Amino acid sequence: MKVNDIDHPAPTDPRRLLSDHLRHDLGLTGTHVGCEHGVCGCCTVLLDGVAVRSCLMLAVQAEGHDVTTIEGLARAGEPLHPVQQAFHECHGLQCGFCTPGFVMSVVGLLQKHPDPSSEQLDESITGNLCRCTGYASIRRAAHRAAELSKR
Amino acid sequence: MKPPKFEYHAPATVEEACALLGSLEDAKVLAGGQSLVPLLNFRLARPQHLVDINRVEGLDRIYERDAGIAVQALARQAAVEDSSLVARVCPLLSDAMQLVAHRVIRNRGTVCGSLAHADPASELPAVLLALAGQVVVRSTRGQRVIGADRLFTGVMETAVAPDELIVEAWFPAPAGSFAIIEESRRHGDFALAGVVRAGQRLALFGVAPTPVLADPVDPTRGLRPSGDLEATSEFRLHLVRVLTEKALAA
Amino acid sequence: MTTRWFGAPVQRVEDDRLLRGLGRFTDDIDDGALESVLVRSPYAHARILSIDVSAARAVPGVAAVYTAADLPFGGTDLPILIPHPNLKHGRTQRCLASEVVRYAGEAVAFVVAESRAIAEDAAELVEVIYEPLPVVITPELAARAERLVHDDVPGNVAAEMTQEVGDVDPALAAAPHRKALHLRFERGAAAPMECRAVWARWSDHERKLTVYDSTQSPTSIRGGLAVLFGLPESSVEVIAPDVGGGFGPKIMLFYPDELLVPHAAMQLGRPVKWTEDRQEHFTAVNQERGQVHEVEVGFDDEGKVLALSDDFIHDAGAYTPYGIILPIITAGQIPGPYRVPNYRVRFRDVYTNATPTSPYRGAGRPHACFVMERTLDTIAIELGLDRVEVRRRNLIQPDQFPYEVGVAWQDGKKVIYDSGNYPALLEKTIAMLGPRPAGEHIGMGLSVYVEGTGVGPYEGAHVQVLVSGKVVAATGIPSQGQSHATVWAQVVADELGVDVADVEVTSGDTRRFPWGVGTFASRGAVTAGNAMGVAARMVADKARRIAAEHLEADPADLELVDGRVSVKGSPTRGMPLAAVSVLANPVRYAFGGGTEAATQFTARPRPGPPLPEGEQPGLEATGYYSPPGSAWASGCHAAYVRVDPKTFRLEILKYVVVHDCGRVINPLVVEGQIEGGVAQGIGGAFYERLAYDDEGQLRNASFMEFLMPYATEIPPIAIDHIETPSPLNPLGIKGAGEAGVIPVGAVLASAIEEALGVPITEMPLSPLKLFELSTSP
Repeated sequence: MKVNDIDHPAPTDPRRLLSDHLRHDLGLTGTHVGCEHGVCGCCTVLLDGVAVRSCLMLAVQAEGHDVTTIEGLARAGEPLHPVQQAFHECHGLQCGFCTPGFVMSVVGLLQKHPDPSSEQLDESITGNLCRCTGYASIRRAAHRAAELSKR
Repeated sequence: MKPPKFEYHAPATVEEACALLGSLEDAKVLAGGQSLVPLLNFRLARPQHLVDINRVEGLDRIYERDAGIAVQALARQAAVEDSSLVARVCPLLSDAMQLVAHRVIRNRGTVCGSLAHADPASELPAVLLALAGQVVVRSTRGQRVIGADRLFTGVMETAVAPDELIVEAWFPAPAGSFAIIEESRRHGDFALAGVVRAGQRLALFGVAPTPVLADPVDPTRGLRPSGDLEATSEFRLHLVRVLTEKALAA
Repeated sequence: MTTRWFGAPVQRVEDDRLLRGLGRFTDDIDDGALESVLVRSPYAHARILSIDVSAARAVPGVAAVYTAADLPFGGTDLPILIPHPNLKHGRTQRCLASEVVRYAGEAVAFVVAESRAIAEDAAELVEVIYEPLPVVITPELAARAERLVHDDVPGNVAAEMTQEVGDVDPALAAAPHRKALHLRFERGAAAPMECRAVWARWSDHERKLTVYDSTQSPTSIRGGLAVLFGLPESSVEVIAPDVGGGFGPKIMLFYPDELLVPHAAMQLGRPVKWTEDRQEHFTAVNQERGQVHEVEVGFDDEGKVLALSDDFIHDAGAYTPYGIILPIITAGQIPGPYRVPNYRVRFRDVYTNATPTSPYRGAGRPHACFVMERTLDTIAIELGLDRVEVRRRNLIQPDQFPYEVGVAWQDGKKVIYDSGNYPALLEKTIAMLGPRPAGEHIGMGLSVYVEGTGVGPYEGAHVQVLVSGKVVAATGIPSQGQSHATVWAQVVADELGVDVADVEVTSGDTRRFPWGVGTFASRGAVTAGNAMGVAARMVADKARRIAAEHLEADPADLELVDGRVSVKGSPTRGMPLAAVSVLANPVRYAFGGGTEAATQFTARPRPGPPLPEGEQPGLEATGYYSPPGSAWASGCHAAYVRVDPKTFRLEILKYVVVHDCGRVINPLVVEGQIEGGVAQGIGGAFYERLAYDDEGQLRNASFMEFLMPYATEIPPIAIDHIETPSPLNPLGIKGAGEAGVIPVGAVLASAIEEALGVPITEMPLSPLKLFELSTSP
């Protein structure tokens, strides 16, 4: 599978979850695991450009596909991706554990809808849990991300 | 919370998938995985074999047939939600999709998978029932059609045999006005109670072991919902009456 | 001191790393570690008849399986963290149970294997034979004492405490009006997004134990491990790296894994890690909130409280490792911002067969606030008075500080409010709330509350200016998202006259700062923040002393601005802070970075030894702050809600907060804390509860059923501040971490009661509860 544009060998154990494969086999620990039953959204990554829960996929299922994780949005030394930048500007994170999942969900929306409606932006963050922020700043960040992405 | 051991199979065709399902003991079909993988992670499901149909080519079409919408086994819920064809031919299905979990789940989850999983509180089985839809199932023994009224047999149980694969679901266009209304604790949760109205047909979900048809005039007749942490039997009956009223007015 | 950074909405320095996925949480660390799982009791109360681990040990890939019998400390009770004279029957669990289990989820065996999946496979093969015992699950049942949680604890009562201010019985008897209330709070959970995790490595050649732990108190963990393994503290390093939310339960120690993982790493000669999964988190991690109150209030015709008596039961759970801090806080905070001239509070801390309790954000205060505000609402209804007016008449006035409530506080001292302006909070909140929206089934609720923040004993900080001019600062307490690195950098940057971006803060790493207590009780900013200020000021003073010699100036005439030390009024007469740092360390061997300026043949401005007597090398200092008492923050919340009378769905139409945490270091951060706290409060008031059945089984141990709010359930929250600086600390600050959550239950109860016209006496609520209240005869 290709992860952040780099080819990686196929996972060997079929019961390895994609989330664990990314974190513990490939060392991409920016994808977090908060519940392993698909509710919290911390593990959200892009599969062929579409946001999915990596804890609800077996790693072998991603073979032959393109996976993008939080680490793939902005390379080291490069400025933050517009969605990351928006979360920074709007204080959209506190502990940072749920953050990669929120960011990837918003990135997924903006890839499909570069000019999203306000409702679509609001909806893009409704499937992820955050226990720190109370969501207001995340909502602001999603809207700010759409502005920054258009530039 | 790591899945127990299983043998993994990734057939490339429907025929291969059916051959596997026909020959393997204790096999489960893996489609979108949004219900099955949590059960694996909790070790509540322990199939010896997983037959992953995601590599089967040409099984993700959404198309119009027989004055309705056919949704193949690998069509993702998000694709159905976004389909202008579905919105035109069977807008009730489009509406229902908005109530199914969250977008990221719908990106991966499948319509046929929801029907096969047959959670009594889930929206799509009730929609299929209200519309008098059908599923097409395939096995090495051949193909057959199961009507919605015969498909759901119990809590998470269906008339689909262990060697059969749902290859397609068919949702006829609603005759006349329609509505789907549910009450859930949080946005995207399974319903405490829900109603689907397609013309004069009313289907309820979340209030019986399977989705059930109900009399719009007396929707709770014969209903004995079970209670859980968020709703007692009485509260569910109350909600059915409230939601039916709203659905009829919609 | 300049105030360039303090008070400014500085954007966080933590963000870049976290946003790039480069945060480092405990489970991110592998380094070849074995993985592990705990075998936990499925029974809430049972005798262990036998444990057979032979099949588990035989699973390929299993490195070790431990039971209590395999541990040198297997027979030792874990410590009572905060002993108290009233805790007559304190009980703690052992690392692994071998005789009796007293809650579902109590650890029985520990499996270490090549992967978590293999460890889980093997854990299923550990055969434990239990003899189930009768279960005591609610605080009421516990108090009735028909069955015992601990055979040797009479009445299930761990502790009992009665305090009285004034003379309550005569005051009640003489009061023109009296009212009794029965109020109930169910258990809830903090549920941080990151579950707990521990990683440990023993280095044989260094004789050093390194532990990463998602704890709120690495310094205490280090102390405990040093004692347990007989090592000097200098041989134990404990690091709380990025922690994905804590909210209280991660201050609890020692969870069994915190001892088992280091022990296994030392025994097996390989790093070992344990990462909790979400399912086990629900029963393995401490909980809170279960209390039952019997209140009696006497009041006059004006609605003024004359006497208040509260007799409450606190649900301790199966053990009391955290002592009786929670009921002490509740007892101390019930009067809140109101004058209660005669006050008696008695509590019993009772054992139940459920997970032990220890502070969860709010820690005893949401219940206290609920009790007082429900009482005031009752008075308003009884007298036909406006609820706002009743509060107005009872509030402590601004000229009454310091105000002594007269009961005990959690630091062993008395509850004494240092400062505040409660009437101003109330009036500002009511103005912000504005007119009632049109429509039916709308209710208004409000609550004024206080919060004792910044308890001792102390925190410390180390601040150093490097020869590059960059500043590093460290403290012992970790961070779980409170933006410590940003706000402490602001404090340090102001003292040293440097840019916030030039200050790098490390927290929660005993290698960098070995002393301190932990992050809990809204104390980080007050304790460690002031310690940062103290240490930075020491560094600034030292910089002035050193620069004064070279500039031939009086230290008092020097100021630290823009990274330079210069004479006030003549900025050209000065030197960079970097140069001062070089001069602070006289060297024989220049090692680059400009250090040749401090070698022996360079002209020195003064005779005598290179290092003046009493001076230490390096431009650095270690400072401490130990508060004389709590700094009392306060606030007022109000809301309008609509409740659908048919579906009982709650809609929060408007929610406003006015908050007073003294001087605000960073408004962005404080508002983030409040917004997050209110969201947790809304969750705890209407969505979340821990639903135990009669057998002590938690029936909703997943995020499918434990209903934490999504963005869709949380309304926008309007926030404003007032500032009454605390006189107790140099920075004048009060804590803000828990504030948001405290009054939410009281506010929503009041609003829902009005919207639906049914009396609300319990928390949390739900559509089902409202349906039952509305339809019950």
